[in-house]
Amino acid sequence: MKYSIFSLARAALSGHKNWPRTWRDAQPKSHYDVVIIGGGGHGLATAYFLAHKYGIRNVAVLEKGWIGSGNAGRNTTIVRSNYMLPGNTGFYELSMKLWERMEQDLNYNTMMSQRGIVNLYHSDAQRDAYARRGNVMRINGIDAELLDQAQVRKMMPFLNFDNARFPIQGGLLQRRAGTARHDAVVWGYAHAGDRLGVDIIQNCEVTGFTRDQNGKVTGVETSRGAIGAGKVGMAVAGNSSRVAAMAGMRLPIESHVLQAFVSEAIKPLIPGVLTFGAGHFYVSQSDKGGLVFGGDIDGYNSYAQRGNMPVMEDVCEGGMALMPMIGRVRLLRQWGGIMDMSMDGTPIIDRTPIDGLYLNAGWCYGGFKATPGSGLVFAHLIATDTPHEEAKRFRLDRFQRGAMIDEKGVGAQPNLH
Amino acid sequence: MRIACPFCGERENGEFTYLGDAKPKRPAMVAIDGGAGAPGEAEAFYDYVYLRDNFAGEMSEYWYHGGGCRSWLVIERNTLTHDIKSVRAAPGAGAAKAGAK
Amino acid sequence: MASAQSNRLAKGGLIDRNAPLSFTFDGKAMIGYAGDTLASALVANGVTLVGRSFKYHRPRGILTAGPEEPNALVELRSGARREANTKATTAELYDGLDALSQNRWPSLGFDVMSVNSLLSPIFVAGFYYKTFMWPAKFWEKLYEPAIRRAAGLGRTSGIADPDHYEKAWAHCDVLVVGSGPAGLAAALAAGRTGARVILAEEDRLAGGRLNSDGGEIDGMPAGEWLAGALAELEALPNVRIMTRTAVFGVYDGGTYGALERVNDHLPVPPVHQPRQRLWRIVAKRCVVAAGAIERPIVFSGNDRPGVMMASAVRTYVERFAAAPGKRLALFTNNDDGWKTVEAAHRAGIEIAAVIDSRKDLSQHHRALAQSGGFAVHNGVVVDVKGGKTGVSGVEIALANGGSAQIAADVLAMSGGWNPSVGLSSHHRGRPKWREDIAAFVPEGAPAGMLSAGAANGDFSLSACLRTGHEAGLAAASDLGFKGRAGKAPAASDEAISISPLWHVEGRKKGFVDFQHDVTASDIALAQREGFESVEHLKRYTTLGMATDQGKNSNVTGLAIMSELTRRSIPQTGTTIYRPPHVPVAIGAFAGHHRDENFHSVRLTPSHHWAAERGAVFVDTGLWKRAQWYPIAGENDWLTSVNREVLTVRNGVGFCDVSTLGKIDVMGKDAGAFLDRVYINAFASLAVGKARYGLMLREDGIVMDDGTTSRLAEDHYFLTTTTAKAGPVMQYLEFCRQVLWPELDVQLTSCTDQWAQFSIAGPKTRDLLREIVDPAEDLSNEGFPFMGVREVRLRGGMFARLFRISFSGEMAFEISVPARYGDAMARNLMKAGEPFGVVPYGTEALGVMRIEKGHIAGAELNGTTTADDLGLGKMMSKKKDFVGRVMAGREALTAPDRQVVVGLKPVDKARRLRSGAHIIPKGAAVGPDTDQGYVTSVCHSPMLGQWIGLGLVERGRERIGEIVRAHDPLRGEDYYVEICNPVFYDPEGGRQRG
Repeated sequence: MKYSIFSLARAALSGHKNWPRTWRDAQPKSHYDVVIIGGGGHGLATAYFLAHKYGIRNVAVLEKGWIGSGNAGRNTTIVRSNYMLPGNTGFYELSMKLWERMEQDLNYNTMMSQRGIVNLYHSDAQRDAYARRGNVMRINGIDAELLDQAQVRKMMPFLNFDNARFPIQGGLLQRRAGTARHDAVVWGYAHAGDRLGVDIIQNCEVTGFTRDQNGKVTGVETSRGAIGAGKVGMAVAGNSSRVAAMAGMRLPIESHVLQAFVSEAIKPLIPGVLTFGAGHFYVSQSDKGGLVFGGDIDGYNSYAQRGNMPVMEDVCEGGMALMPMIGRVRLLRQWGGIMDMSMDGTPIIDRTPIDGLYLNAGWCYGGFKATPGSGLVFAHLIATDTPHEEAKRFRLDRFQRGAMIDEKGVGAQPNLH
Repeated sequence: MRIACPFCGERENGEFTYLGDAKPKRPAMVAIDGGAGAPGEAEAFYDYVYLRDNFAGEMSEYWYHGGGCRSWLVIERNTLTHDIKSVRAAPGAGAAKAGAK
Repeated sequence: MASAQSNRLAKGGLIDRNAPLSFTFDGKAMIGYAGDTLASALVANGVTLVGRSFKYHRPRGILTAGPEEPNALVELRSGARREANTKATTAELYDGLDALSQNRWPSLGFDVMSVNSLLSPIFVAGFYYKTFMWPAKFWEKLYEPAIRRAAGLGRTSGIADPDHYEKAWAHCDVLVVGSGPAGLAAALAAGRTGARVILAEEDRLAGGRLNSDGGEIDGMPAGEWLAGALAELEALPNVRIMTRTAVFGVYDGGTYGALERVNDHLPVPPVHQPRQRLWRIVAKRCVVAAGAIERPIVFSGNDRPGVMMASAVRTYVERFAAAPGKRLALFTNNDDGWKTVEAAHRAGIEIAAVIDSRKDLSQHHRALAQSGGFAVHNGVVVDVKGGKTGVSGVEIALANGGSAQIAADVLAMSGGWNPSVGLSSHHRGRPKWREDIAAFVPEGAPAGMLSAGAANGDFSLSACLRTGHEAGLAAASDLGFKGRAGKAPAASDEAISISPLWHVEGRKKGFVDFQHDVTASDIALAQREGFESVEHLKRYTTLGMATDQGKNSNVTGLAIMSELTRRSIPQTGTTIYRPPHVPVAIGAFAGHHRDENFHSVRLTPSHHWAAERGAVFVDTGLWKRAQWYPIAGENDWLTSVNREVLTVRNGVGFCDVSTLGKIDVMGKDAGAFLDRVYINAFASLAVGKARYGLMLREDGIVMDDGTTSRLAEDHYFLTTTTAKAGPVMQYLEFCRQVLWPELDVQLTSCTDQWAQFSIAGPKTRDLLREIVDPAEDLSNEGFPFMGVREVRLRGGMFARLFRISFSGEMAFEISVPARYGDAMARNLMKAGEPFGVVPYGTEALGVMRIEKGHIAGAELNGTTTADDLGLGKMMSKKKDFVGRVMAGREALTAPDRQVVVGLKPVDKARRLRSGAHIIPKGAAVGPDTDQGYVTSVCHSPMLGQWIGLGLVERGRERIGEIVRAHDPLRGEDYYVEICNPVFYDPEGGRQRG
């Protein structure tokens, strides 16, 4: 059933008793052309693009829990394309363009809201770094504006301009950035992929790979039996190393915990997305009214999906330093996601040394914004066995070649990215 | 997390900085003559610098007590539960060992 | 004019009738008593309509009497202290309290947005995912702003919070969470053994439900026993009772987060006192005795003001002597609900009827009905009559098929109790379903945690006391405390019977999540559309995402889902419990770290002197550094900086460079150690000499640079950049302690111990001779370039003198213990007066370093190699060093890398800006022609124009080429010439002179 205000109104007359499932509850078949491991945003988007753009419809997405149960359902929903280094800039802009038409493509309202992002700067050196970045964006045809203090003040008068330890000097603005409803992105891709024939199989945990005598991957073992596959794609953020280990691979990845926080709902306060340049704090306000915010990763390897108080305090200190009006707003919920931190802070989308096995991993804490782009380029790679033009630098061997894409310039120290 | 520093006692994890897996061993310094290094060193360093086991479970890790005694510690910790099994000082941590070899 | 407390009972309650307090709600003045909450005072004043729901803006009353309240949220206080979403049920009444209802416009009684309720046939769960998609641009412009305005609850002030918060640590053996009967018994047992106990109670009063339910303990009335128990605990020196303190989270290693509401019960915190205090409690063991939360039943009209939890009715009547109504009906599926009837009856409230979904009535309840003269119906409530301000009656479907109408102005409901499993599930333990009590109990609790009493599913008073005692004793004895714990307090057993009833089908909406307006039919819709997993259910319908985080609704919601899917409740499972268990003000987590105190401030040794001279300061990391020193008549920074540079280049100036990281490297193997960490040689450095060193990360990228001197055979003095002082120290310690423990070397950070000044300019020696003992030879022969030694100063003090130059001028750096830094600055100024000395700041320092082509932070950006920086030749070919191998990777040695060059605008009047990109002349602008960028710029008074450094592809091969500096961000585009990065004195004669 096509979703629209008309179908909604019609459904209301029958008490909404006739809505079909958003996606079918598919039972695993014995063989697929492509099996995608991981029913998160990236995996579901990959399946959608395989079916939609590359005509490969005999596709299954295997999810060990419920779709969107990983980082797709535990992030701060920020979408932006303000990257600086070759390889990143074009890719994230490709993704941004897909965000801008996602609702119409999927017939699902993912609430992509381009309310803008401002990255604040507090020193000349930070301003210069943002000028460099903003100019890269402009050279790549991406919108960017460098704001001075007065312009920032006009946009966000509630920030601490008067007695801050690190006074705000200005900010880098990308107006097209914003937020989207993270769960809806998952459901939207599931819905659209399902309509194209993709099987979405929940509660189906991959426990191993099957290989032929040449070592080629021929399928996966799962908690619901063996499933054959022409090709297997891994999009299992938070579990990349564990799944890769089933295929005997070690990855240039460490898994870290990133905490995120949401406050009680309050009336609209913060227009877009805001990042503090002198502390670890970024924030937006959801349509529901909660301040959604976060900061730095806890800094130690973790699969526990929870963090500790030092970072929680650090984040709130940043928040109060930036906008002391939030002192009385109550933190409602905190959670932790598992970030597969790559060694240069940049993802890996590549074939693996194992024939038939494809890797999409290492998104650090920035995977959400990449969802549509990642799906498209990963589908391209799987379908054509060649990297997509905008993902050709996300190679696995770049560390051996020294071709790191290190936006922060901190090297092979994942917890600093 | 609470980490029992062998020199300072139990402290909260905010005083410590994490480095990572303590298992990889740095390839040894080699004698250099006119720029040539050891055979296979590129692969060995790739492995040392970039590849990780990244276990969900018990790991042995390097932590630095920067908010205390500046000792490097080797901590056995479970990455699924955050339980800490043991904390010991790195071989060269602590008081000067004159003439240590 | 204050209204009478129309619903205040004539006697009873833990309130002080001699202390009337005036307050306002929506501008209406009323009176309550000390001991009231805002909610109880509203109840006493007969106020029933207190809020509007989130989505449909339905009128709502007070549902509960505790921190789980979903409906009665208010904007408390005004002005900068206005706080949104404060629960009336936990806000302690104070004189002058002002509260506004929220999420309504223009008024609570008439809310325009309640039109949403009429649209509710369309506004079902997840409707917004199916619409608002066309046209695409309308989302940001039209739909979303409307949704955002309608959503949200209360308003924040938008003004900086004027109150203070502080943070504190506490340590104990046994933390007891909750001071109801179980918690008190646990604290008594553990405390008596000698264990250090903290008893944390969220409420103002200890006692928990004893304050509402009474009962008899050890043969005395509960209140009397409670007073005795508290007196005993207070007398124990090892026990600390913390009231108004909510434990909100369990973190690793036995760390518990708790919030103490120190002064929320006052209009304004007393001077120098915090509003709230964040506690980090480190406890070896924890007994969770946080009680249970009564759950609603879902039926048509269950959200109408006047429908209240049965336990809340009891609390208002017993604890606050406030009657929620005059004629009460009870709808229950369990025995506990009946206690409300008993309490109300005792208080003289008329009992209209009891509607019990269970078939069999106990003897006790039968007798009660008889003596109370009210009917008991076996059946369910199918509708609640009334208006937006209250209930007028209920419609009942009888088990025998009939129906009945009952007039009542308050409906108490009890669907059973959910143990408070939040804390015990914070480490992802999944609670276990217990069929006998139809509730989840803790399972997989964090290490060291026990639950007791109602929090563990032991609901009766006697069981609470017994299990609390056992848990307290177990926790203490587990830690080796052997003192006598005494006997568990005793109470007579009560019947606990429940027959699950989650949902009554009805004609109208029955609410599961009150605040978020999630109804039973929303859950059915979610199930129909495939959102069957409880996490999908939550996310699709927003069930459990309100400010109560599902405390009232989650279990009921998943029970309804389990009925729909025909799975058991344990199969259906629960969502994940996350901290904080109660919402906590963000300000409390920040404590004093805000405004100027966000981070600490580091001052250079000459700071106060510089401040006296009117220096302008700049933040570099935590340091405040003098940026320039304006003198009379100078109004813009460039004038001052030009003057400082010119004075140094032509005369002499000095600059505080103490912020550079300084590390003493000592030991027999210090030279060998440095040889490993620097790309160039240091073991061969002569004593009394300094050398510029560069260190790489293990991945071959430059980590840091600095000058390192050899002060003695086994003593080097290493410097780092200001920014990397900490990281380099940490890294070197790693090398020493972990990589090469066999080396005999020790490291000592001495950044803060030495005040260091750079003295630069052709007249440097003239100035120094006024400072240094005349016997010291400062000539080129006696103290050559890159020489280092300790010198005697005039007056007999010693200083270290380094003949090093960042400015490119004849220069020395002088170093004295930090406490003499201020005196040294004053001395240099005084002694330099005849030579026209000026102090110079970081701007002039920066100008001179760019004129000399020295690299700094903008070029050491974490992606550049030694060769990129023009320092590739420093990489030793005679020894191994960190980063050597990886620096050789193909992409790091590619010929087309961006390398450091000088840049100057062709138009000399042009200002060059950092961040502009380099595009070849004549090429179209695009990612493929972006060949680098400007890293650092300055106005060079020596060259009389703006100059800069940049990283440019193949830059060293392109000296003399004219390229574009493209700066669309600032609307600029101009030509620059690629040049040698050393703009000034390229031969370096001046520094050696």
